[in-house]
Amino acid sequence: MSAVRLRDLTRSYGPRTVLDVAGLDIEQGEFVCLIGRSGSGKSTLLRALAGLDGDVAGDGRIQVPARRSVLFQDSRLLPWASVADNVTLGLRGDGVGDAAATALADVGLAGREKDWPSALSGGEQQRVALARALVREPELLLADEPFGALDALTRLRMHALLRRLVAEHRPTVVLVTHDVDEALALAERVLVLEDGRVVLDHRPTPRTADDLLAERRRLLAALGVDEDTSTRLRETA
Amino acid sequence: MTTTPIRPAPEVRHDALAGADSHVRLRRLAPRQLGALGLGIGPLVALVVWQVASSTGLLPEQQLASPLTAVTTGWEMLTTGELLPHVAASARRAYLGLGIGVALGLGLALLSGLTRSGEAAVDSLVQIKRAIPTLALIPLAILWLGIGETMKVAVIATAVLVPIYLNTHAGLRSIDQRYVELAQTTDVGRAEFIRRIALPGSLPGFLTGLRLAVTMCWTSLVVLEQINATEGIGYVMNRARDFGQTDVIVVGLVIYAVLGLASDALVRVVQGRALSYRKGMGS
Ligand SMILES: Nc1ncnc2c1ncn2[C@@H]1O[C@H](COP(=O)(O)OP(=O)(O)OP(=O)(O)O)[C@@H](O)[C@H]1O
Ligand SMILES: [Mg+2]
Repeated sequence: MSAVRLRDLTRSYGPRTVLDVAGLDIEQGEFVCLIGRSGSGKSTLLRALAGLDGDVAGDGRIQVPARRSVLFQDSRLLPWASVADNVTLGLRGDGVGDAAATALADVGLAGREKDWPSALSGGEQQRVALARALVREPELLLADEPFGALDALTRLRMHALLRRLVAEHRPTVVLVTHDVDEALALAERVLVLEDGRVVLDHRPTPRTADDLLAERRRLLAALGVDEDTSTRLRETA
Repeated sequence: MTTTPIRPAPEVRHDALAGADSHVRLRRLAPRQLGALGLGIGPLVALVVWQVASSTGLLPEQQLASPLTAVTTGWEMLTTGELLPHVAASARRAYLGLGIGVALGLGLALLSGLTRSGEAAVDSLVQIKRAIPTLALIPLAILWLGIGETMKVAVIATAVLVPIYLNTHAGLRSIDQRYVELAQTTDVGRAEFIRRIALPGSLPGFLTGLRLAVTMCWTSLVVLEQINATEGIGYVMNRARDFGQTDVIVVGLVIYAVLGLASDALVRVVQGRALSYRKGMGS
């Protein structure tokens, strides 16, 4: 059974339709990366899935699991609440404190429960946000460029951490990124969005380094970047 | 509660002369905080000039008593036990008015900051009240409430209400929309939203309002205590004016200043502790 099911989904700002997805099904437990140029509608689609776009005009049917967590680009921790209180925001009942401790240990932040968020590094803050997202055992994890603000090294570590935790909790994941390499590192399925439409729906299965390069070229081509330009950019960078 | 707000490193000197070697330091974009000593320089200079002017006869006693005379008078009034009942009477009025005003201001701010209908009902009323000077309300207050204590406390409360309301309301309004989204995605209900996001988010604004309020609650007293009062610092000062005792007037002014500054310092301590989660510049 599909965990996420979209039919004739449109969203528009004024006269401009920025999202127009005829149909999309995502299987339970699937890890989907959504890539696309800036302004292609990735965040719009993610916010529609998260139910955060009540004020945006649009139409269509969305079927998503009730238990959803959202991981934002900023860690979005409440600065006046301790790390543990941030993790358990919105949770009730006994055992909430233990759950926080476990979730924090899972992201390698055991013992930081009582710290203020301002005492953590950017990467650590994003790990707290990850703990907050996973502690409520979501069936669907939605992430909008969650590692966009992190340095390359921290980002690689976060990839490994996310892969491990997702393997453990098995939520369905939709992760927005503009980084093809990030998509290839994480996704079982990559969707390329252009002008609000899904123009490529692809399951990369690279076995060798050459495969990986081919996949990379393919995704970049779908994004309108030919390999020549991208390598030249890499060399001059 | 394991972290403390950032303080300047101990080796940083705070006297006004530090900075002579500042060219070797990193340039700071935010000004260094002045220590208590630095902040005291202005008043100290003013005091010396004042004393010199008095001693040389430049400033006659009937215009303004010299600092030394005022200190002597103040000490006498204190030791004879004449002063304390007046201070107590004023403090009672000021803090009763403060308490009622803070409660009202906070309640109205929450009403107006958290509900649309509340805002429609409350906000413009308070804005109008803000435009009217407190003392201009006294005639009406007397007609409604008489010339007794009730009227005095009510006037103080309505004065105090304004900065509390304005700052708390602004604090609530400025709560980041991103936190509202966060609440939506974490199943935070209305009550929990108020408790864990709205109240802590508006606390800095409320405390700024409180700092203004604690000094403000004293300022209306001088005028209010001209009306049917037999006790209070304002009463003492007005009587002194009738007798031309400028030293007593100075004593009254000093008491106001000390009480105002002490209250402000107290709120700043509370502020520092309550907002210790922030690593900020200055306060
Ligand atoms: N609040 C808004 N008002 C008007 N137009 C908007 C608004 N939000 C987004 N848009 C428009 O909708 C389109 C899609 O925006 P969206 O944020 O989904 O892009 P994105 O793919 O997430 O881009 P990026 O990679 O830069 O984050 C853009 O053209 C943008 O200009
Ligand atoms: Mg976006």
